[in-house]
Amino acid sequence: MTRRTSGPARAGQYLALLAYLVFLAFPFLWLISTSFKPARELGSLHPTWIPKDPTLANYRQAFDEQPLLEAAGNSLIAALSASLVAVVIATPMAYVMARHRTLLARAATGWVVVSQAFPFVLVIIPLFLVLKNLHLINSLPGLIMVYVVWALPFALWMLVGYVRAVPTELEEAAAVDGASKLRTLVSVTAPLLAPGIVATALFAFITAWNEFFFALVLLKTPEKQTLPVVLTHFLGAEGAADLGPLAAAAFLATLPSLVLFAIIQKRITGGMLAGAVKS
Amino acid sequence: MGVRARASGAVAAALVLLLAGCSDDGDGESDGRITLRFQSLAWQQESVEANKELVKKWNATHPDVKVEYVQGSWTSIHDQLLTSFEGGEAPDIIHDASDDLADFAYGGYLADLGDLLPERLKSDIPEASWDTATFGGKVYGVPFLQEPRVLIANATWLKKSGVRIPTPEKPWSWSEFRSVTKELGDGDGKFGVAWPLKDPVSATLNLSLSTGGQLFHRRADGKAEIRFEAADEVMPRTVHDQVNIDGSASGSTLGMGGSDTLPGFFGGKYAMVPLGFSYRQQISQQAPKGFDWRVLPAPAGADGLAQGVSPQTLSVAEDSPHKKEAAAFIDFFLRPANMVRLARGDWMLPTGKAALKDPALRTKKDDWATGTALAGQLRPAPAQSVRGYPEWKDKIATPALQEYYSGAIGLDELRERLVKDGNLVLKRYQR
Repeated sequence: MTRRTSGPARAGQYLALLAYLVFLAFPFLWLISTSFKPARELGSLHPTWIPKDPTLANYRQAFDEQPLLEAAGNSLIAALSASLVAVVIATPMAYVMARHRTLLARAATGWVVVSQAFPFVLVIIPLFLVLKNLHLINSLPGLIMVYVVWALPFALWMLVGYVRAVPTELEEAAAVDGASKLRTLVSVTAPLLAPGIVATALFAFITAWNEFFFALVLLKTPEKQTLPVVLTHFLGAEGAADLGPLAAAAFLATLPSLVLFAIIQKRITGGMLAGAVKS
Repeated sequence: MGVRARASGAVAAALVLLLAGCSDDGDGESDGRITLRFQSLAWQQESVEANKELVKKWNATHPDVKVEYVQGSWTSIHDQLLTSFEGGEAPDIIHDASDDLADFAYGGYLADLGDLLPERLKSDIPEASWDTATFGGKVYGVPFLQEPRVLIANATWLKKSGVRIPTPEKPWSWSEFRSVTKELGDGDGKFGVAWPLKDPVSATLNLSLSTGGQLFHRRADGKAEIRFEAADEVMPRTVHDQVNIDGSASGSTLGMGGSDTLPGFFGGKYAMVPLGFSYRQQISQQAPKGFDWRVLPAPAGADGLAQGVSPQTLSVAEDSPHKKEAAAFIDFFLRPANMVRLARGDWMLPTGKAALKDPALRTKKDDWATGTALAGQLRPAPAQSVRGYPEWKDKIATPALQEYYSGAIGLDELRERLVKDGNLVLKRYQR
């Protein structure tokens, strides 16, 4: 039975939602506005939403000064590869952990939670040495490996929830109908897990796309650097910044995530709901 | 072994080979030609252009030693370098700031440049600048760019008020500065000065040198200790009183960075803002048309216009197999004409005496001449060679000074915290 919401309550809900959307959108809209402002408007005591004298100079300068397209390409390769590999590895692992609740599985889950608390600086030097021995410093494959390892615990944790949301009765029914274990997994479980897998992949993608510190430390040559590292080239010592070009480059850096979200939004919503409720 | 297991093994092996194949061996030498990696932290357009052009020039005239320009970033530079040093993958030539070098120097990561640099370069840079990059008698970096803290003033406001305009020859004293700011402010939203003190420690220590304040003292046994004496009080007390007693300094800018105060400065809220000399670049770009600004020297005390600085430096990694060549590049990079280009690109002052004489840096345009006149007064920042300074700064001095400037605590409490708690921190580093 559903409870009907009264008119004023519903209006309040919409108002709250609108306020939340404004709160979320403010930095992004401000970024766009800043990216089109000439230098003199950036220093104004009374800033305006709409630039009085809009210019593309910041975009031109950003592209002239830094290899933004190459960096975006590197980020895209790293983020897509990391999310794909993380999901391929995490999915079967999550299935086992969800379906076989052994002491080992519980210990693994505990380790996953603990591993999320490790600060980057704690692991970076041993990681650097390991990658150096593998000749993987200054290479995108090396960075992708790090991203996969970094994303894996959380991806695993997310997927375990999604697997648990798939009723075991469905798998049992398939078995009764004569389906093999593999057939059951491919034809019954996997389609139901798809939204969760997409949501997890998106999480891994965004984590890798935004990651800065590992990329800063592991990539040495300019042609290998990723977008977040290149963005810092617009920053000077003690917080000084070339604000216009920085805003232009940062706006461009947010676009791929937005596009990706827009494309698979429905699947994410489905995935989140699926993971939210246990059968 | 099953078919599936064998297949997995083959895929894993192929993946490892693929990954290894995609990597960079980076041995720095190919076909007998030496390749040096130069990590530069230049970030302003003109400065990056100058850096790249000089590297290009070097490469054109030195066929056997190629320099590869690598763009670094001031963000997380310390952690990035530390990791590279630990992993034996540091760039050959390293751009950094002198106050970041102590840990690397004591850690054995940087080469001693004492015997590698030519006499021309050694004698061109004043002793005070060399001191900023010398630890335990060894030279770990070549200081090449520096900037004093100056007062950037709304010239129209100053002229209209009729106050005496200070010059490097006749600067304001700290007490005169306080009374001038009282006169300039109207107590109703317009302030004589806006102190951007988000990072209050270096500003306080560096400006306190003018009154003879040092805070950090070396004992006979070589260990550092903190003492907060009368000379150390002058600068912080002036700021505190301007904010909390006179109302001539804006309290709201205390938590801001330098750039954050500029809109208020351009909008006529503050008559003056104490900023680094290089902020002129932002001001010249962002100031509204017709806005008349000028650079004034910071107030002087018993020690005149003395001021602490942490110059930008060029170092060579201890692990570099080509230290001699790296030092030769540094020598080329810092020839007087090149130093002038770098200084103009960053809107900073060169350390080199020959470069400082260049007419381009003594022009009245953008008040270069005022900065150049201050160059001789710049000293090493008082704390940069003290081990434990970063912890003292973050855990003790920053919150204590912020509370003092905002009026939450008094001078006695400030002294107690800086000295008593501070010496406990230093003790841990000097056992």
